[in-house]
Amino acid sequence: MKIQSVLDLKTVSQAYIGKLYKPDAVKVNIGMASCGIAAGAKAAYDKLLTEYASKNGIHVCQTGCIGFCEAEPLVEIFGLGKPRIMYQHITEDKIVDAVSGFIAGDFNKKWILGQMKDPRSLLETDIPNPLDGVQPLDGIPFLEEIPFYKNQVKVAMRNCGYIDPDSIEEYFARKGYLAFINALKDMNPADIIDVVKASGLRGRGGGGFPTGIKWATAAKHHGNRYIICNADEGDPGAYMDRSILEGDPHSVIEGMLIAGVAIGSSQGYIYVRNEYPLAVKRLITAIKQAEGYGLLGENIAGTGFSFNIKISTGAGAFVCGESTALMASLEGKVGRPRAKYVHTVEKGFRQSPTNLNNVETYANVPAILLKGANWYAGMGTERSKGTKVFSLVGKITHTGLVEVPMGISLKNIVYNIGGGVPKKKKFKAVQTGGPSGGCIPERFLDLPVDFDKLSEVGSIMGSGGMIVMDQDTCMVDVARYFVDFLVDESCGQCNPCREGLKQMLEILTRICNGDGKDGDIELLEEIGGMMQKFALCGLGTSAPNPVLTTILYFKNEYEKHIREKKCPAGVCKKLFHYEIDPEACTGCGSCARKCPQEAIAGEKKKPHALDQGKCIKCGICYDACKFNAIAIR
Amino acid sequence: MSEAMEPGKARTDEIDFRELDRIIEDDFNNDKENLIMILQAIQRHFNYLPRPALEYLAVKIGIPASQIYGVATFYSTFSLQARGRHIISVCTGTACHVRGGERVHERVEELLSISDNQTTADKRFTLESVRCIGCCSLGPVVKINEDTHGRISSDEIQKILDQYV
Ligand SMILES: Cc1cc2nc3c(=O)[nH]c(=O)nc-3n(C[C@H](O)[C@H](O)[C@H](O)COP(=O)(O)O)c2cc1C
Ligand code: SF4
Ligand code: FES
Repeated sequence: MKIQSVLDLKTVSQAYIGKLYKPDAVKVNIGMASCGIAAGAKAAYDKLLTEYASKNGIHVCQTGCIGFCEAEPLVEIFGLGKPRIMYQHITEDKIVDAVSGFIAGDFNKKWILGQMKDPRSLLETDIPNPLDGVQPLDGIPFLEEIPFYKNQVKVAMRNCGYIDPDSIEEYFARKGYLAFINALKDMNPADIIDVVKASGLRGRGGGGFPTGIKWATAAKHHGNRYIICNADEGDPGAYMDRSILEGDPHSVIEGMLIAGVAIGSSQGYIYVRNEYPLAVKRLITAIKQAEGYGLLGENIAGTGFSFNIKISTGAGAFVCGESTALMASLEGKVGRPRAKYVHTVEKGFRQSPTNLNNVETYANVPAILLKGANWYAGMGTERSKGTKVFSLVGKITHTGLVEVPMGISLKNIVYNIGGGVPKKKKFKAVQTGGPSGGCIPERFLDLPVDFDKLSEVGSIMGSGGMIVMDQDTCMVDVARYFVDFLVDESCGQCNPCREGLKQMLEILTRICNGDGKDGDIELLEEIGGMMQKFALCGLGTSAPNPVLTTILYFKNEYEKHIREKKCPAGVCKKLFHYEIDPEACTGCGSCARKCPQEAIAGEKKKPHALDQGKCIKCGICYDACKFNAIAIR
Repeated sequence: MSEAMEPGKARTDEIDFRELDRIIEDDFNNDKENLIMILQAIQRHFNYLPRPALEYLAVKIGIPASQIYGVATFYSTFSLQARGRHIISVCTGTACHVRGGERVHERVEELLSISDNQTTADKRFTLESVRCIGCCSLGPVVKINEDTHGRISSDEIQKILDQYV
């Protein structure tokens, strides 16, 4: 069937709203994004299929990632008038018990993360809550009320974890493609652009450029216009784009289609990084399905509008996330940025007007069109509207993806949502913005998170990676780490970046090795300042940020490395050694058993001793000791 | 040492040109704009980019071999050297780094006596590092072929490597 109208969309979705919310048998949704699969979801899925294949009494389904990655594999079981229960850490050894227990009415409460209060997305206010009239389970919190989810508002991730990403019909059932058909049939391009402008949506790829203004400029220039989606997601530690593509690929396709109508383009490209094979696979399926329903292709819905999408994969180059490098790479060339005297909205891909947006930016667009600019602009701060997805990773109790209104404080994200730093360790910093961003110390934790506030403290919003660091993270090592990353990733065509990074790496390496000299800090600052002014592209101009912010906020760590030749965090191997604290050591022997060098020995139940000559400082004993008896000296 | 014996060099008669034709013509339309994806497909087929295949490709899609070499060396996923049966990618992304990814990396190097981008003498493993595969919540992460192993500590690595013969 080819979708011709809003009515057609409604007809197809009708059948699936039932399947989605009121299945005729028990339904098991297994979170199968890459993160879930790596945690064991695929094995659990297969196990359940073999176990129940003959009995046929249940629906076993896959969904994307619902964000709480720490608790994966996440399995939701519901149906037949029973509550919707989200189980955590359901590996293959538990899944059959969880499902058969649910059917029998024994809910295995100890495995439950929470029960769902309302599975609808915020676009579905026209239907009643499918859980109305269903008796909630006693003594089990609502998922929407546990600390991890309480402050979240899901716009870009509205369907992730709720639908099967390989089913366009389930996307239809949650108001999918409605915004596009509306825009195509009932709006003129200028009106669409006005809505996007009025919503205040700013690009989620890092730069934060107002999306509506970008669209308007691209629409002004003549020629064969292109729509490109930046799914290169090069910032290590950020994975919201992967999650959206794997969990709800149609939302991105729909966003691109709307951009196509608004800008007047008939050709779209999605540039996906090579490290995301599952995202590519799901996109290919999604594009085929959309073509099948006539939502991609020629003469869409009989309007004369045509739009096709091609997928192109990157090949492992961070700099290809930069707009001009990405376009060169799409043309099959080496991804070297060019100076942007002429913007890509005028001359981009194939020298034609090109609109490039990030995955999350596109995913927001259908929701904005359906709910209106005012609704979107009603969330967030003065100059940063709406919600933003952050990936909370590193030394944090609840790792995962969280989508919150802009303006929420860092403290709220790290402590309430993220549950703070695990193992009673002390929070040190949160790194935002990846290799272009900076490290924000504890004293700024009350900072409301938005584009401007993060820049004020020397970092950037970037794509939304938030890497939490604790007392065991050495800030000089972090600076060295990012510069090392960027030395590898700099395209090397301009001097300030290529040579500046090389010199910074040399200085930072010598500091980490105990060969730092007085004046090194000032030298780093000088090189950094030069790069910020003179590098050609965003990679080079922002590259000094991790170094400069760590110097600004953690100068004492640099000084300890340089003057006292000590690494207080116990990371820089030449600047510390491990010792066993005889007071704290219980003689349990777990470190001695694990040490690969057999450097630890002692009598049972008596304090052990560590042979410095044999120790390679691999840290295995430090991680193994439950009594904090391995000390960093 | 004859040329054919040098590591990383495939002999022309070892190259399956029909397969190359299939990739270049059928899958990618002889289109030079698809160069990166063609190289990826060639690498999937041969496990690396053999020189004769690149020379053949250059003629076929009409761009200088030097330009293909430029692309193949610019992007980090390409390897011009033959690789081992199993590819170990240790994540050295930021989230994994702060959770001890570096130590995991060092441990693999020690156990296999190779460093990054090297292959063990028995051709069993090639060690590579990757900057984030998007499973940061499970850090530190090691990917072996298509399997992702998460929450690894350096003392478990031997056990994991043993699964790949
Ligand atoms: C070095 C560098 C890397 C970048 N990497 C990405 C990336 O991985 N993903 C992304 O969406 N934008 C990335 N950007 C930003 C893009 O250049 C561009 O601003 C963005 O994709 C535009 O989309 P938006 O307006 O929707 O944010 C990068 C920029 C630079 C300078
Ligand atoms: S700043 Fe760095 S990455 Fe950007 S063009 Fe110059 S050398 Fe290349
Ligand atoms: S940092 Fe290792 S998977 Fe992201």
